[in-house]
Amino acid sequence: MRVVLAEDLYLLREGLIRLLEAHGFTIAAAVETGPELLEALLEHRPDVAVVDVRLPPTLTDEGLQAALAARRQIPALPVLVLSQHVQQLYARELLADGTGGVGYLLKDRVFNAEQFIDAVRRVAAGGTAMDPDVIAKLLESRARSQPLQCLSPREREVLGLMAEGCSNSAISARLTISDGAVAKHIANIFTKLELAPAEDANRRVLAVLAHLNGTPA
Amino acid sequence: MVSPSVPAAGGWAGRYREWAAAGLLAQRQCLQVAVQATAGPFVLFFWAVASLAVLLDGPNDDLRISLVALVGLAAWPAGLFWVSRYNSAVSKRRADAWYGVVIAQRHRTIPVPTQDERGHWWTGHSYYRQRRVAESVLFVREVASDPETWRDVRWLVGNGAAAAVLAIPSLALLVFGAVTAAVQLLEVYSNRGFYLATEGLDQILQFVVGLVIIGLGLAVAPPAMRLYGEWMHRALDPQVSGKLEKARLTKRVEHLTTTRADAVGSQAAELRRIERDLHDGAQARLVAIGMTLGTIEHLMDSDPPAARQLLADARQSSATALQELRDLVRGIHPPVLAERGLGDAVRALALDSAQNTEVTVSLPARPEAPVEAAAYFCVSELLANAAKHSRAQQVWVDILFRAGQLRITVTDDGHGGAAPERGSGLRGIERRLGTFDGALSLSSPPGGPTTITMELPCVLSSPRTSISSEKA
Repeated sequence: MRVVLAEDLYLLREGLIRLLEAHGFTIAAAVETGPELLEALLEHRPDVAVVDVRLPPTLTDEGLQAALAARRQIPALPVLVLSQHVQQLYARELLADGTGGVGYLLKDRVFNAEQFIDAVRRVAAGGTAMDPDVIAKLLESRARSQPLQCLSPREREVLGLMAEGCSNSAISARLTISDGAVAKHIANIFTKLELAPAEDANRRVLAVLAHLNGTPA
Repeated sequence: MVSPSVPAAGGWAGRYREWAAAGLLAQRQCLQVAVQATAGPFVLFFWAVASLAVLLDGPNDDLRISLVALVGLAAWPAGLFWVSRYNSAVSKRRADAWYGVVIAQRHRTIPVPTQDERGHWWTGHSYYRQRRVAESVLFVREVASDPETWRDVRWLVGNGAAAAVLAIPSLALLVFGAVTAAVQLLEVYSNRGFYLATEGLDQILQFVVGLVIIGLGLAVAPPAMRLYGEWMHRALDPQVSGKLEKARLTKRVEHLTTTRADAVGSQAAELRRIERDLHDGAQARLVAIGMTLGTIEHLMDSDPPAARQLLADARQSSATALQELRDLVRGIHPPVLAERGLGDAVRALALDSAQNTEVTVSLPARPEAPVEAAAYFCVSELLANAAKHSRAQQVWVDILFRAGQLRITVTDDGHGGAAPERGSGLRGIERRLGTFDGALSLSSPPGGPTTITMELPCVLSSPRTSISSEKA
């Protein structure tokens, strides 16, 4: 899998390159600034981009903007955004086009190599990888809404993991329950939230996120 | 003329001599003032009337005359400038000579244009090819914007008024009295003695009346000139005429002193808090991680399972340290504010807040960083208030920029009754805004809704510039 990487801090960039190469990814380009990133994305068309939100020259949200601009030109270009802080606002912008293939994680998630690489693969496959912090905040701000209140605590846990982008098997592993139980919970959740059931796992996650965001899917 | 330094003779006669000398001196000054006050306006008046008369007379057979009139009219403001400035200079000299009051010449010096490498002349505003033109432009702009110029023009009018009220009436008394007495004397001399006894009596009476009027003139002149001096001093000396200005500035300085003290105090407290948090939080954790890593090194060979367990602990600690640093950074300067500016930072706040919050932003560009930060923290505080105190369901935040003012309105549908005295943090917000000359107004009747409006004077910078060189 070919990766374009954008990170302006040398140490982190080198660390990410080593980590990704160790897990069998090829680094197509590793860039430091927003304009370079947009160029590299349009030129290499990688299988997945790993992007830091804050990039030179402005050190504002240049990375995020470049990623969004690239996705406007190459629809559904898989992008995993890394940041020192996660904002619902940015998550919404990444999810806005509803095509998936986006990830938004805290930088420290990189510490846990397996989970990070799993997230990269998930995004590359057109899935989503949302940071637990974002999902927690989402659930928090929607907690008072009627539909969420009729979920059982277990269903809420499953909903959170599903919103993060976990597959059924990952959810069953995390909660140590059977695959069947996970499928049952998910079916219940969809019934209670009055969402149209979707076969494709990614579409399902996007539907859940759209619901939580309060935006039409 | 009697010199002012008449040696004081003793007794009644001496006192009379002094009084007469002072009166005559004041009368001389009255004459000088009258001449000065009429000459300038007279010249200007006829200058204007002559030019206008020629021009309004209709098309002249001789074009050159019209042209001269036109030039005259165009040059009239320059005439006003020169006449009024000369008039003030004369008055200042007299203030020194007559009253011992030194009024400084405070006119601005006219700056010199600088030449760039292309040979053009730069005035500080624009370029000109000709040095002459640049100099004239500079001269006109400086003079027109110099408050002293307008003070001079005002004094040209004020001096005329002072002369008309004070100097000319005193002078007129003296002249009228002198003429009355002189006429009678002339009558007596020309008739070689008195013609008729009755007429003689009448003439003597008139002569005495003339002398009395002269005396009146001598008596009136000194106080009139004292008043005139007072008037002149006030009109010409900005330090006296600026009393109101001074009061305003004094108040302003007081205000700045308090707000500066507030700002410095809260800054210092902030820094102490940050230092404490770093010292007890991230720093301590990093020390612990270092120690754990040392232990792991030691256990690597002897007890791998324990080392693995410790590694997991170390990673957990580093994650916690990061989380603490992140919270600390958010308190210092929220990253989303650094990355996106006020509008989006407030939108992010709204997304995280418990109530439904609607945010409307109309900002053409970003305000200056300190103002942005102050506004952000104020809104943050107000949203927290709406949740905590008024139990609002819905909050509306409006941010807009109009006429050099950043105006933020926060409205909630809670139960109202908010007041700065109730310790809801509104005082703190006011202090925070005060540093930037901002103000807060509040309308919160019992039963709601609460509307809080904050206004901050500020300048918008160019959009999307970095305001933080730190990586957060």
